[in-house]
Amino acid sequence: MMTPHVEYVLRIADSSLILGQRLSELCGHGPVLEEDIAITNIALDCIGQARLLLTHAGKLEGAGRDEDQLAFLRNEGEFRNVTLTELPNGDFGRVVLRNFLFSSFLEQLWAGLAASADTELAAIAAKSAKETRYHREHSADWVVRLGDGTDESHGRMAQALSALWPYMAECFAADGVDDAVAASGIGVAWSTLEAGWRQAVGPVLAEATLEPPPDTPFRSRGRCGVHSEHLGHLLAVMQHLQRSHPGARW
Amino acid sequence: MVNAVMTEQQAWQALAAVMDPEVPVLSVCELGIVRDVSADATGVDVVVTPTYSGCPATRVIESSIREALLDAGAAEVRVSTRLAPAWTTDWLSEAAHEKLRAHGIAPPVGDAPVGVQVIRFQPPCPRCGSRRTERLSAFGATACKALHRCVDCREPFEYFKPI
Repeated sequence: MMTPHVEYVLRIADSSLILGQRLSELCGHGPVLEEDIAITNIALDCIGQARLLLTHAGKLEGAGRDEDQLAFLRNEGEFRNVTLTELPNGDFGRVVLRNFLFSSFLEQLWAGLAASADTELAAIAAKSAKETRYHREHSADWVVRLGDGTDESHGRMAQALSALWPYMAECFAADGVDDAVAASGIGVAWSTLEAGWRQAVGPVLAEATLEPPPDTPFRSRGRCGVHSEHLGHLLAVMQHLQRSHPGARW
Repeated sequence: MVNAVMTEQQAWQALAAVMDPEVPVLSVCELGIVRDVSADATGVDVVVTPTYSGCPATRVIESSIREALLDAGAAEVRVSTRLAPAWTTDWLSEAAHEKLRAHGIAPPVGDAPVGVQVIRFQPPCPRCGSRRTERLSAFGATACKALHRCVDCREPFEYFKPI
């Protein structure tokens, strides 16, 4: 059994890793060269943050697993990323909107973790906060530009928002792991980040002339290991090499 | 000099020649990523604070540091990573700024942004000095840089983002 501490770190690590893997799919496929490079740079930061967090989770777990074993040799049900991060990219508008919603959440999370009793986690959070700020700014610019753009771009952004918004609710649901790490001063309960997150995304969406859909009872459960049909396919691509050639290095 | 023990000063001297592979006008010392060097009879310990989490140069830098110190005569080189405090462009010296400018890269303007302040920059053009510049892309060839263009001399240039 994993301790709440390990589970909590894995949730953040896996969310960064899976989002990074999704974003890396745009490498060589961006709509224009500048955005291809920007998204790929953001993907690299996400994967870099995931590496630090996975390494840390492996040490906390104490079972001798390193970052590679955790990334490449776990099955779908063992991943703890929030479902939002594993959804297929869709069009460019949807890519930047997900980045915006999730980096706005991460910004709150990193700030909350800066005072963690787990000093390694606090250090990773303080470092990541600086990078996430640039990710958020990049995506917020695009959300406004596309949302408050042509009829076509506005329509696509509105559609993307109604598709992605319900998946954010998972991040703020009450949760036993959160309660345990919050009580021990290791982590911040994600549910406490919702107000700050709404304050951060509200003005940008308003400027983009986009209105979030009404909240629904739907709660995805990726961080508890219950995933959509999309994660298995993503892992098949991401893990293929290590599964076919165990221990391969270059 | 065979078997002589490398001093800290000699180690710093050797490290001053290790250039960042992405920004080859700055040494790893000028970039501020070498945080601590200590030397004793057994070898040299180097503490490194990485720049961006996603910087692909981190591994190359580590092996360059190792190689440079071994070449300079260190018995053994131990490189360790220190995450806190996180790397910041505030650690770049004024001399480093000047080297960047001479290389055609606009150095960071002002201190690293903190909190939730909006980050908007208009760095002066490193070629003609004009302040009329515009941003083309928030991310350049590497995560640490953005792509800008000078409205007056029309030259594109990279901007080393404050972080």
